Amino acid sequence: MVGSLGQPLLFLVALGYGFGPIYAKAGGGNYIQFLAPGVICMGILFTAAFAGIEMIWDRQFGFLRETLVAPVSRFNIMLGRTLGGATVAVIQGIIVLILSMIVGFRPENLLMLPFALLFMFLIAILFTAFGTAIASVLEDMQGFQLIMNFLIMPIFFLSGSFFPLVGLTGAIDIIAKANPLTYGVDGLRGTLMTMNHFPLSLDLLVMTLVTAALLAIGSYLFSKIQI
Amino acid sequence: MISAKNVIKKFGDLVAVNDVSFEIKAGEIFAFLGPNGAGKTTTIKMLTTLLEPTSGHLEINGNDPVKEKDEARYSFGIVFQDPSLDDELTAYENMHFHGVLYGVPKKQLKERIEQLLKFMELWDRKDDLVKHFSGGMKRRLEIARGLTHHPKILFLDEPTLGLDPQTRNHIWSYIKELNKKENMTVFFTTHYMEEADRVADRIAVIDHGKIIEQGTPTEIKTKTNSATLEDAFLALTGNTIREEKAESAMRIGRRMWHKR
Repeated sequence: MVGSLGQPLLFLVALGYGFGPIYAKAGGGNYIQFLAPGVICMGILFTAAFAGIEMIWDRQFGFLRETLVAPVSRFNIMLGRTLGGATVAVIQGIIVLILSMIVGFRPENLLMLPFALLFMFLIAILFTAFGTAIASVLEDMQGFQLIMNFLIMPIFFLSGSFFPLVGLTGAIDIIAKANPLTYGVDGLRGTLMTMNHFPLSLDLLVMTLVTAALLAIGSYLFSKIQI
Repeated sequence: MISAKNVIKKFGDLVAVNDVSFEIKAGEIFAFLGPNGAGKTTTIKMLTTLLEPTSGHLEINGNDPVKEKDEARYSFGIVFQDPSLDDELTAYENMHFHGVLYGVPKKQLKERIEQLLKFMELWDRKDDLVKHFSGGMKRRLEIARGLTHHPKILFLDEPTLGLDPQTRNHIWSYIKELNKKENMTVFFTTHYMEEADRVADRIAVIDHGKIIEQGTPTEIKTKTNSATLEDAFLALTGNTIREEKAESAMRIGRRMWHKR
C-alpha cells in the first residue's frame, strides 16, 4: 500500500514542480492543478489492474479452485472479486487525492466530489475487470511483466494524464481518443477542476459502456476457466 | 448417484482418461485407486466441473457437470489433492468463507466450525494465519473445511496424504459416521491400500487411464489371488514406478506414450 502510494506522489512532485514553470510559461496555468487528477487516476489504474491480475496467484496457490467448485455462479464470483478490487483501488485514489492536496492541489468545486468519486469507481471497476479478464487467460505470473509494460504503462502514459488533449495531432491524438482511461481522467478533471476537454456526459457514457463491455468479457472468460 | 459412461479426456495427444465407465450408488463409499498419473485426479476434476471431458457422459446427483454446472456444484463437496486454502486468512476465516459460499445457515455454521476444528485439534489455533501452519495442520484444516457443509457427495482426492496413522484413523471414522448418518456418498482416492480395504464398499483400479478392475475389496483380492489389497494392486498394475509431470492439469504419466 505504502509502496503504491509512493509512485503517484513522486510523479506529482517531480513532474508537477519540474515542469510547472515551463507549463505556466506556455500559458497552461498551474501544472499541479492539471496533473493531480491524472496522478489520482494513475493510483487507481495500477491498484485496480493489479487486483485483477492477482487472481493468477490464487490460481497458482490453488485457492481459486475452492471458489470455482462452489455452488455460486461464476458471474457472481467474478463480480465480487471485481468490486472488492475496485473498492481498494478507489480508497487508494482517495488517499492520493488527499496527498495531492497536501502537496498543493486545490480542487475547484468540492460539491462535485460525489461525481468525482463516481468516475473514480468507474475507472477502478473497468481496470479490475480488465485485469481479471487477462488473468483468466494467463496461467502463471510469467506474462505479468509483459502486461504491465505493453498494456498498463501505455494506457497510463497515453491517456492525457500528463498532457492536455488540446492541439494533439496524428497518431497520438487517435491513440489518446481510443484509450478509455482518457475519458476517465477527463471526467475526473472535469468534476474536480472544470478543466474537461470532452463533455462530461461523453466521458460518463464512454466509461460506462467500456466498463460494461469489459465486465461481460471478463465474466465470460472467467466462466470458461478449466483447471 | 455418480455415473460415468465411456468418458475420454485428452490433453493434446495425451489420453489421460481412456473410456472410463462406472456407477456409484447413493450412500456408497467408493475408492478410486491407481498409480501416480493414472487419471484419478483428472476424473475427479471432470466430475466436479473443473474440466470438461473430450467425450462421454457424466452424471452427478442427476445433473450433467458439463451442461448443468451450477446445479451439479450444489450436490458435492471436495477436498483437493493440492492445497487450496487461502494462506492470508486464518483457519476460522477459511472455514467461514467456505460455509458462506455453500450457504450453510449462520448458527449451524458456527457450531460446525467449532466442532470440526476441535475434532481436528486446531481450535486453539483458529485465529492464526494459515501460512504459519505446518503441512499436517493445513491438511487437517482442508479436510475440516470440506466437511463444513454436509454435501450429498463428498470427493476426497488423496485426503490423508502426509498424515500420521492416528490422524488418518480419526478422520476416516468421522467420515464413515457422516456416511452412515446422512447417507453421504463418498468418492475417494488414496495410495494407502489398507485404508481403501478398510473403508471402501467398492473399489475401482485405474491404470493408464483405463479401469482395469472393479468390485468389493474381497472380490478384487479373490480375483487376483492375493492376501492383501496392496498385493492385489501390485498384481494388477505391475511394479514399475510411474513418472509424473509437475503441472496439475497434466498429471498424466508420460508412460502413456510407450505402452508395453
